[in-house]
Amino acid sequence: MAAASRAAESGVRVGIVDDNTSLGGQIWREGSQDHPNENAVGWTKRLQASGVTTLCGLRIFDQPEKGVLLADAMTDLFELNYKNLVLATGARERFLPFPGWTLPNVMGAGGLQAMVKCGLPVRGKRVVVAGTGPLLLAVAAYLSKRGAEILMICEQASWSSLARFGWSLLGSPGKLKQALHLKNDLHGIPFFANSWPLATHGQRHLETVTISRSGKTETIPCDYLACGFHLVPNSELPLSLGCQTQAGCVVVGDFQETTVSGVFCAGEPTGIGGVESSLVEGQIAGLSAAGRTAEAKQLFGERKKARRFVHLLEQTFQLRPELSKLSSPETLICRCEDVPYSRLRPHGSWREAKLHTRCGMGPCQGRVCGPATHFLFGWNPDSVRPPVFPARVGNLARPSNT
Amino acid sequence: MSDQLSVTVNGLPVTVAPGTTVAVAVVIARQACRISVNREPRGPLCAMGICFECRVAINGQPHQRSCQILCQQGMEIRTNE
Repeated sequence: MAAASRAAESGVRVGIVDDNTSLGGQIWREGSQDHPNENAVGWTKRLQASGVTTLCGLRIFDQPEKGVLLADAMTDLFELNYKNLVLATGARERFLPFPGWTLPNVMGAGGLQAMVKCGLPVRGKRVVVAGTGPLLLAVAAYLSKRGAEILMICEQASWSSLARFGWSLLGSPGKLKQALHLKNDLHGIPFFANSWPLATHGQRHLETVTISRSGKTETIPCDYLACGFHLVPNSELPLSLGCQTQAGCVVVGDFQETTVSGVFCAGEPTGIGGVESSLVEGQIAGLSAAGRTAEAKQLFGERKKARRFVHLLEQTFQLRPELSKLSSPETLICRCEDVPYSRLRPHGSWREAKLHTRCGMGPCQGRVCGPATHFLFGWNPDSVRPPVFPARVGNLARPSNT
Repeated sequence: MSDQLSVTVNGLPVTVAPGTTVAVAVVIARQACRISVNREPRGPLCAMGICFECRVAINGQPHQRSCQILCQQGMEIRTNE
């Protein structure tokens, strides 16, 4: 939104595409009872005033030739022509397998929050929040305000990592303020570091979760498990366009340009850093794509400060090795094709495993099992081929004269 | 309440507020969105259109990512199709 606004304000013709029903990605996704986020309101107004064409509910799946993107809406095909492209595809949660993680009502941390934003009632429901990252606290606070009983928050990082993180926040008054608000909202909720889920149990849906807490094991009856291990970039579309990545993040230069000329990238795909980083990078990308390099340069200082948070998050919320040992031989790693740990373990690479077991060939195309197998086995998916998302056959076979 | 919507999930009537996604309607109806290859019940995981666990048939159209689709009055939702 920031990129589109700045580009349009510079006088170029701009279109913005979001696969959700409204703009703002996951972070500004609003529930009907939510107070509108200040930033979201501000940028929405700015976007509307700047004359950007908005296309929601569209999912880009292919670039058949340079400058042409194809997008799937529920039944329609859209062809989008561009001169410059800004990719702000965001991030998704990292899921790690453990026995019982496939039971209904085990969701991501952001996943359960999104469901509640979209109408899921949680008043009086018992929720355990687990995994890693600042998202756990934001989710627990949000759910608690909507009447959920948060039984505990289980963070896998150590107390010393978290303490160092806390100290580092002292240098950013904005972040410190956020942290203090959260502390207020989380009053009375048990928080444990050195803690992670071992297994869940239930017949047709989640009934209990077993947690490891500083070496002790505890089984807790609950209604929902909100479990996510920080975020990974949605780098599939950039990769399919030929953009270079490093350690999973899209490589960009000072002006947010990727290794493909005319294609820019901003926000989480360049490194998980949260909303401040995304907003300033988005502005730089939008201005650069519109040729306003001098104005873009003015934001470099702000971006440098914001990017420090990227590094801090990476360091603090690194995954501990114990998390790679949670699976039993029967634990499913690929949820789409029901491939268990025991069938994947003998293989030496993502490609080999895919060809022998179908892991990664299902609808999610490795978006869930890719980061999991990368952590468990050190595998890297080899390449991204279109369609980047499952698409209707009718749309794939578009007539060549469209 | 006049501003509520009625949909059906596998024939069961469900009343939801406007702005509710189809995935949420399925969970409220205590149904699993789909049955996996090994016959396990599955529900939404990511709720943001990535994992495809929430796919259901809406008004006869299969493989809809229900976590990104808003309920409309009279929608017929069928799971495991």
